[in-house]
Amino acid sequence: MRRQVLIVAAMFACVIAPVPATAQRDTGRVARRIETAADSVLEARTTALASELRCPVCQGNSIQDSPSELAQQMRDLIRDQLRAGRTPDEVRAYFVDKYGEWILLTPKATGFNLVVYLAPLAFILIGGAIVWRTVRRWTTAAPGSPADRTSSR
Amino acid sequence: MNWKRATITAGFLVPVIGLLAFGLTRDPKEIDSPLPGKPAPGFALPVFSPGEGKLALAVGDTVRLAEHKGGVVVLNFWASWCLQCRDEHVELSKTARAFYDRGVRFYGVLYNDQESYGLKWIEEMGGQAYPSLLDPRTRTAIDYGLYGVPETFLVTPDGRVAYKHIGPISERLLSQKLDSLLRAGTP
Repeated sequence: MRRQVLIVAAMFACVIAPVPATAQRDTGRVARRIETAADSVLEARTTALASELRCPVCQGNSIQDSPSELAQQMRDLIRDQLRAGRTPDEVRAYFVDKYGEWILLTPKATGFNLVVYLAPLAFILIGGAIVWRTVRRWTTAAPGSPADRTSSR
Repeated sequence: MNWKRATITAGFLVPVIGLLAFGLTRDPKEIDSPLPGKPAPGFALPVFSPGEGKLALAVGDTVRLAEHKGGVVVLNFWASWCLQCRDEHVELSKTARAFYDRGVRFYGVLYNDQESYGLKWIEEMGGQAYPSLLDPRTRTAIDYGLYGVPETFLVTPDGRVAYKHIGPISERLLSQKLDSLLRAGTP
Protein backbone atom coordinates (compact mmCIF):
# COMPACT_ATOMS: atom_id res chain seq x y z
CA MET A 1 0.00 0.00 0.00
CA ARG A 2 2.72 2.40 1.01
CA ARG A 3 4.68 1.51 -2.09
CA GLN A 4 1.64 2.12 -4.27
CA VAL A 5 1.08 5.49 -2.74
CA LEU A 6 4.72 6.36 -3.36
CA ILE A 7 4.51 5.30 -7.01
CA VAL A 8 1.35 7.29 -7.56
CA ALA A 9 2.94 10.27 -5.81
CA ALA A 10 6.05 9.95 -7.98
CA MET A 11 3.98 9.74 -11.17
CA PHE A 12 1.95 12.69 -10.05
CA ALA A 13 5.11 14.63 -9.31
CA CYS A 14 6.49 13.86 -12.80
CA VAL A 15 3.36 15.21 -14.46
CA ILE A 16 2.76 18.16 -12.14
CA ALA A 17 6.28 19.33 -11.37
CA PRO A 18 7.07 20.94 -14.72
CA VAL A 19 3.70 22.70 -14.77
CA PRO A 20 4.32 25.22 -11.99
CA ALA A 21 7.67 26.05 -13.50
CA THR A 22 6.24 26.88 -16.94
CA ALA A 23 3.19 28.49 -15.39
CA GLN A 24 5.45 30.62 -13.27
CA ARG A 25 7.52 31.55 -16.30
CA ASP A 26 4.36 32.44 -18.19
CA THR A 27 2.78 34.50 -15.44
CA GLY A 28 6.12 36.22 -14.97
CA ARG A 29 6.24 37.06 -18.65
CA VAL A 30 2.62 38.24 -18.65
CA ALA A 31 3.23 40.36 -15.55
CA ARG A 32 6.31 41.87 -17.16
CA ARG A 33 4.35 42.57 -20.33
CA ILE A 34 1.53 44.22 -18.35
CA GLU A 35 4.14 46.24 -16.46
CA THR A 36 5.82 47.47 -19.65
CA ALA A 37 2.43 48.28 -21.15
CA ALA A 38 1.49 50.26 -18.02
CA ASP A 39 4.89 51.97 -18.14
CA SER A 40 4.46 53.00 -21.75
CA VAL A 41 0.95 54.30 -21.05
CA LEU A 42 2.30 56.30 -18.10
CA GLU A 43 5.18 57.52 -20.26
CA ALA A 44 2.77 58.62 -22.99
CA ARG A 45 0.60 60.48 -20.49
CA THR A 46 3.68 62.13 -18.96
CA THR A 47 4.93 63.18 -22.40
CA ALA A 48 1.53 64.61 -23.36
CA LEU A 49 1.30 66.65 -20.17
CA ALA A 50 4.95 67.76 -20.26
CA SER A 51 4.41 69.06 -23.81
CA GLU A 52 1.71 71.40 -22.50
CA LEU A 53 3.84 73.03 -19.82
CA ARG A 54 6.42 75.73 -20.36
CA CYS A 55 9.95 75.20 -19.13
CA PRO A 56 10.73 77.97 -16.61
CA VAL A 57 14.42 78.22 -17.45
CA CYS A 58 14.10 78.24 -21.25
CA GLN A 59 12.68 80.58 -23.85
CA GLY A 60 9.43 79.23 -25.24
CA ASN A 61 10.30 75.54 -24.80
CA SER A 62 8.08 72.93 -23.23
CA ILE A 63 9.22 70.81 -20.30
CA GLN A 64 9.15 67.85 -22.69
CA ASP A 65 11.47 69.48 -25.23
CA SER A 66 13.93 71.01 -22.81
CA PRO A 67 17.10 69.15 -21.83
CA SER A 68 17.55 71.33 -18.72
CA GLU A 69 17.82 69.73 -15.31
CA LEU A 70 14.79 71.55 -13.93
CA ALA A 71 12.61 70.41 -16.86
CA GLN A 72 13.79 66.84 -16.32
CA GLN A 73 12.89 67.03 -12.64
CA MET A 74 9.50 68.48 -13.52
CA ARG A 75 8.89 65.54 -15.88
CA ASP A 76 9.77 63.18 -13.03
CA LEU A 77 7.33 65.02 -10.82
CA ILE A 78 4.56 64.75 -13.43
CA ARG A 79 5.25 61.01 -13.78
CA ASP A 80 5.17 60.54 -9.99
CA GLN A 81 1.94 62.48 -9.62
CA LEU A 82 0.25 60.54 -12.44
CA ARG A 83 1.49 57.26 -10.97
CA ALA A 84 0.02 58.31 -7.62
CA GLY A 85 -3.37 58.52 -9.30
CA ARG A 86 -3.69 62.26 -9.89
CA THR A 87 -5.58 63.26 -13.02
CA PRO A 88 -3.85 65.37 -15.72
CA ASP A 89 -6.10 68.27 -14.69
CA GLU A 90 -4.92 68.00 -11.10
CA VAL A 91 -1.26 67.92 -12.16
CA ARG A 92 -1.83 70.93 -14.44
CA ALA A 93 -3.53 72.76 -11.56
CA TYR A 94 -0.52 72.00 -9.33
CA PHE A 95 1.86 73.69 -11.77
CA VAL A 96 -0.48 76.67 -12.32
CA ASP A 97 -0.63 77.02 -8.53
CA LYS A 98 3.15 77.27 -8.34
CA TYR A 99 4.07 79.16 -11.51
CA GLY A 100 0.85 80.88 -12.49
CA GLU A 101 -0.96 80.56 -15.79
CA TRP A 102 2.32 81.48 -17.43
CA ILE A 103 3.31 77.80 -17.24
CA LEU A 104 0.57 76.76 -19.69
CA LEU A 105 1.84 76.85 -23.28
CA THR A 106 -1.78 77.06 -24.44
CA PRO A 107 -3.40 79.90 -22.51
CA LYS A 108 -6.97 79.48 -21.29
CA ALA A 109 -9.49 81.06 -23.69
CA THR A 110 -10.92 83.53 -21.17
CA GLY A 111 -10.62 87.26 -20.52
CA PHE A 112 -7.71 89.08 -22.14
CA ASN A 113 -6.34 85.76 -23.44
CA LEU A 114 -9.20 85.74 -25.97
CA VAL A 115 -7.22 88.33 -27.98
CA VAL A 116 -4.72 85.59 -28.82
CA TYR A 117 -7.50 83.42 -30.24
CA LEU A 118 -9.63 86.10 -31.90
CA ALA A 119 -6.97 88.41 -33.35
CA PRO A 120 -5.79 85.95 -36.06
CA LEU A 121 -9.42 85.38 -37.06
CA ALA A 122 -10.03 89.13 -37.25
CA PHE A 123 -6.88 89.62 -39.33
CA ILE A 124 -7.90 86.85 -41.76
CA LEU A 125 -11.34 88.47 -42.16
CA ILE A 126 -9.90 91.97 -42.68
CA GLY A 127 -7.23 90.66 -45.07
CA GLY A 128 -9.84 88.68 -47.00
CA ALA A 129 -12.03 91.78 -47.30
CA ILE A 130 -9.10 93.85 -48.62
CA VAL A 131 -8.16 91.17 -51.17
CA TRP A 132 -11.79 90.79 -52.26
CA ARG A 133 -12.23 94.56 -52.69
CA THR A 134 -8.98 94.93 -54.63
CA VAL A 135 -9.70 92.02 -56.94
CA ARG A 136 -13.21 93.36 -57.57
CA ARG A 137 -11.82 96.80 -58.40
CA TRP A 138 -9.33 95.26 -60.86
CA THR A 139 -11.92 93.12 -62.61
CA THR A 140 -14.64 95.78 -62.84
CA ALA A 141 -12.19 98.53 -63.85
CA ALA A 142 -10.44 96.41 -66.49
CA PRO A 143 -12.41 97.29 -69.69
CA GLY A 144 -12.46 101.08 -69.18
CA SER A 145 -9.22 101.50 -67.21
CA PRO A 146 -6.71 104.22 -68.20
CA ALA A 147 -4.16 101.53 -69.10
CA ASP A 148 -6.69 99.95 -71.42
CA ARG A 149 -7.45 103.26 -73.07
CA THR A 150 -3.74 104.04 -73.63
CA SER A 151 -3.08 100.70 -75.29
CA SER A 152 -6.14 100.99 -77.58
CA ARG A 153 -5.16 104.45 -78.79
CA MET B 1 -2.96 112.30 -50.18
CA ASN B 2 -5.75 109.87 -49.45
CA TRP B 3 -6.73 110.78 -45.86
CA LYS B 4 -9.18 107.95 -45.50
CA ARG B 5 -6.60 105.34 -46.40
CA ALA B 6 -3.97 106.94 -44.14
CA THR B 7 -6.37 106.94 -41.18
CA ILE B 8 -7.30 103.28 -41.67
CA THR B 9 -3.64 102.24 -41.99
CA ALA B 10 -2.70 104.21 -38.89
CA GLY B 11 -5.69 102.73 -37.06
CA PHE B 12 -4.24 99.25 -37.66
CA LEU B 13 -0.55 99.96 -37.31
CA VAL B 14 -0.53 102.08 -34.16
CA PRO B 15 -2.10 99.43 -31.86
CA VAL B 16 0.11 96.68 -33.32
CA ILE B 17 3.29 98.76 -32.91
CA GLY B 18 2.10 99.80 -29.45
CA LEU B 19 1.61 96.16 -28.42
CA LEU B 20 5.05 95.16 -29.73
CA ALA B 21 6.68 98.17 -28.02
CA PHE B 22 5.01 97.19 -24.74
CA GLY B 23 6.32 93.65 -25.21
CA LEU B 24 9.87 94.99 -25.57
CA THR B 25 9.69 96.77 -22.22
CA ARG B 26 8.93 93.53 -20.41
CA ASP B 27 11.51 91.02 -19.23
CA PRO B 28 10.43 87.62 -20.55
CA LYS B 29 12.28 85.98 -17.66
CA GLU B 30 10.21 87.76 -15.05
CA ILE B 31 7.35 85.53 -14.08
CA ASP B 32 4.76 86.85 -11.66
CA SER B 33 4.60 84.37 -8.84
CA PRO B 34 1.13 83.43 -7.65
CA LEU B 35 2.62 82.41 -4.29
CA PRO B 36 2.70 85.64 -2.22
CA GLY B 37 -0.33 85.63 0.08
CA LYS B 38 -0.78 81.88 -0.20
CA PRO B 39 0.24 79.26 2.38
CA ALA B 40 3.93 78.48 2.03
CA PRO B 41 4.53 74.93 0.74
CA GLY B 42 5.68 72.75 3.62
CA PHE B 43 9.02 70.98 3.57
CA ALA B 44 11.21 68.68 5.62
CA LEU B 45 14.79 68.95 4.40
CA PRO B 46 18.11 67.73 5.83
CA VAL B 47 20.82 70.14 6.97
CA PHE B 48 24.11 69.70 5.06
CA SER B 49 25.89 72.85 6.14
CA PRO B 50 25.47 73.65 9.84
CA GLY B 51 25.75 77.43 9.94
CA GLU B 52 27.70 79.32 12.58
CA GLY B 53 27.50 80.18 16.26
CA LYS B 54 24.06 80.24 17.83
CA LEU B 55 22.44 79.98 14.40
CA ALA B 56 24.00 76.54 13.86
CA LEU B 57 22.13 73.25 13.56
CA ALA B 58 23.57 69.74 13.44
CA VAL B 59 24.35 68.29 10.03
CA GLY B 60 21.72 65.68 9.16
CA ASP B 61 18.99 67.33 11.26
CA THR B 62 15.67 67.74 9.47
CA VAL B 63 14.26 71.25 9.22
CA ARG B 64 10.47 71.37 8.92
CA LEU B 65 8.59 74.51 7.99
CA ALA B 66 5.67 73.32 10.13
CA GLU B 67 7.87 73.71 13.22
CA HIS B 68 8.33 77.43 12.58
CA LYS B 69 4.80 78.61 13.31
CA GLY B 70 4.97 81.92 15.14
CA GLY B 71 8.30 83.00 13.63
CA VAL B 72 9.37 84.51 10.34
CA VAL B 73 11.33 82.23 8.00
CA VAL B 74 13.63 83.39 5.22
CA LEU B 75 14.27 80.78 2.56
CA ASN B 76 17.09 81.47 0.13
CA PHE B 77 17.61 79.15 -2.84
CA TRP B 78 21.20 79.15 -4.04
CA ALA B 79 23.79 77.11 -5.92
CA SER B 80 27.57 77.01 -6.15
CA TRP B 81 27.36 77.56 -9.93
CA CYS B 82 25.27 80.71 -9.48
CA LEU B 83 27.26 83.91 -9.91
CA GLN B 84 24.61 86.26 -8.55
CA CYS B 85 24.47 84.22 -5.34
CA ARG B 86 27.95 85.54 -4.55
CA ASP B 87 26.63 89.12 -4.58
CA GLU B 88 24.08 88.55 -1.84
CA HIS B 89 25.99 86.02 0.23
CA VAL B 90 27.61 88.33 2.80
CA GLU B 91 24.49 90.50 3.15
CA LEU B 92 22.28 87.47 3.80
CA SER B 93 24.58 86.20 6.55
CA LYS B 94 24.72 89.67 8.12
CA THR B 95 20.93 90.03 8.09
CA ALA B 96 20.49 86.50 9.46
CA ARG B 97 22.68 87.35 12.47
CA ALA B 98 20.96 90.69 13.00
CA PHE B 99 17.44 89.24 13.06
CA TYR B 100 18.08 85.95 14.90
CA ASP B 101 17.07 87.32 18.31
CA ARG B 102 13.83 88.63 16.85
CA GLY B 103 12.80 85.11 15.97
CA VAL B 104 13.69 85.18 12.27
CA ARG B 105 15.24 81.95 10.97
CA PHE B 106 17.25 81.87 7.75
CA TYR B 107 17.78 78.73 5.69
CA GLY B 108 19.70 78.27 2.49
CA VAL B 109 18.38 75.61 0.10
CA LEU B 110 20.84 74.13 -2.38
CA TYR B 111 19.33 74.10 -5.86
CA ASN B 112 20.40 71.66 -8.58
CA ASP B 113 23.83 71.19 -7.11
CA GLN B 114 25.96 68.70 -5.26
CA GLU B 115 26.50 68.79 -1.54
CA SER B 116 30.31 68.72 -1.89
CA TYR B 117 30.30 71.68 -4.29
CA GLY B 118 27.98 73.56 -1.94
CA LEU B 119 30.26 72.96 1.04
CA LYS B 120 33.34 73.98 -0.94
CA TRP B 121 31.58 77.16 -2.09
CA ILE B 122 30.63 78.10 1.49
CA GLU B 123 34.25 77.60 2.54
CA GLU B 124 35.48 79.72 -0.37
CA MET B 125 33.03 82.48 0.49
CA GLY B 126 34.25 82.60 4.09
CA GLY B 127 31.33 80.75 5.69
CA GLN B 128 27.56 81.03 5.86
CA ALA B 129 25.95 82.20 9.11
CA TYR B 130 22.78 80.13 8.78
CA PRO B 131 22.20 76.43 8.01
CA SER B 132 21.80 75.22 4.43
CA LEU B 133 19.53 72.36 3.41
CA LEU B 134 19.53 69.78 0.63
CA ASP B 135 16.54 69.55 -1.69
CA PRO B 136 16.55 66.07 -3.23
CA ARG B 137 15.09 65.98 -6.75
CA THR B 138 14.35 69.73 -6.52
CA ARG B 139 10.87 68.99 -5.17
CA THR B 140 10.81 71.91 -2.72
CA ALA B 141 12.14 74.31 -5.36
CA ILE B 142 9.34 73.31 -7.76
CA ASP B 143 6.85 73.60 -4.88
CA TYR B 144 8.01 77.21 -4.51
CA GLY B 145 7.69 77.85 -8.25
CA LEU B 146 11.40 78.44 -8.63
CA TYR B 147 12.85 79.17 -12.03
CA GLY B 148 16.33 80.27 -11.18
CA VAL B 149 18.71 81.18 -8.41
CA PRO B 150 19.01 83.19 -6.32
CA GLU B 151 15.43 83.50 -5.15
CA THR B 152 14.43 84.48 -1.62
CA PHE B 153 11.10 83.82 0.10
CA LEU B 154 9.79 85.39 3.29
CA VAL B 155 7.31 83.29 5.23
CA THR B 156 5.02 84.93 7.81
CA PRO B 157 4.54 83.57 11.37
CA ASP B 158 1.22 82.07 10.26
CA GLY B 159 2.92 80.22 7.41
CA ARG B 160 2.11 82.33 4.37
CA VAL B 161 4.48 83.51 1.67
CA ALA B 162 4.81 87.24 2.32
CA TYR B 163 7.32 88.14 -0.36
CA LYS B 164 9.36 86.62 -3.15
CA HIS B 165 12.56 88.24 -4.35
CA ILE B 166 14.15 87.30 -7.65
CA GLY B 167 17.90 87.85 -8.01
CA PRO B 168 20.39 88.98 -5.37
CA ILE B 169 18.77 90.67 -2.39
CA SER B 170 20.41 93.48 -0.44
CA GLU B 171 20.71 93.73 3.31
CA ARG B 172 18.75 96.99 3.22
CA LEU B 173 15.76 95.65 1.31
CA LEU B 174 15.67 92.42 3.30
CA SER B 175 15.85 94.31 6.62
CA GLN B 176 13.05 96.62 5.51
CA LYS B 177 10.84 93.71 4.54
CA LEU B 178 11.59 91.84 7.77
CA ASP B 179 10.99 94.94 9.89
CA SER B 180 7.59 95.51 8.34
CA LEU B 181 6.68 91.84 8.68
CA LEU B 182 7.67 91.77 12.35
CA ARG B 183 5.84 95.02 13.00
CA ALA B 184 2.71 93.62 11.38
CA GLY B 185 3.06 90.47 13.46
CA THR B 186 3.17 92.23 16.84
CA PRO B 187 -0.30 93.04 18.18
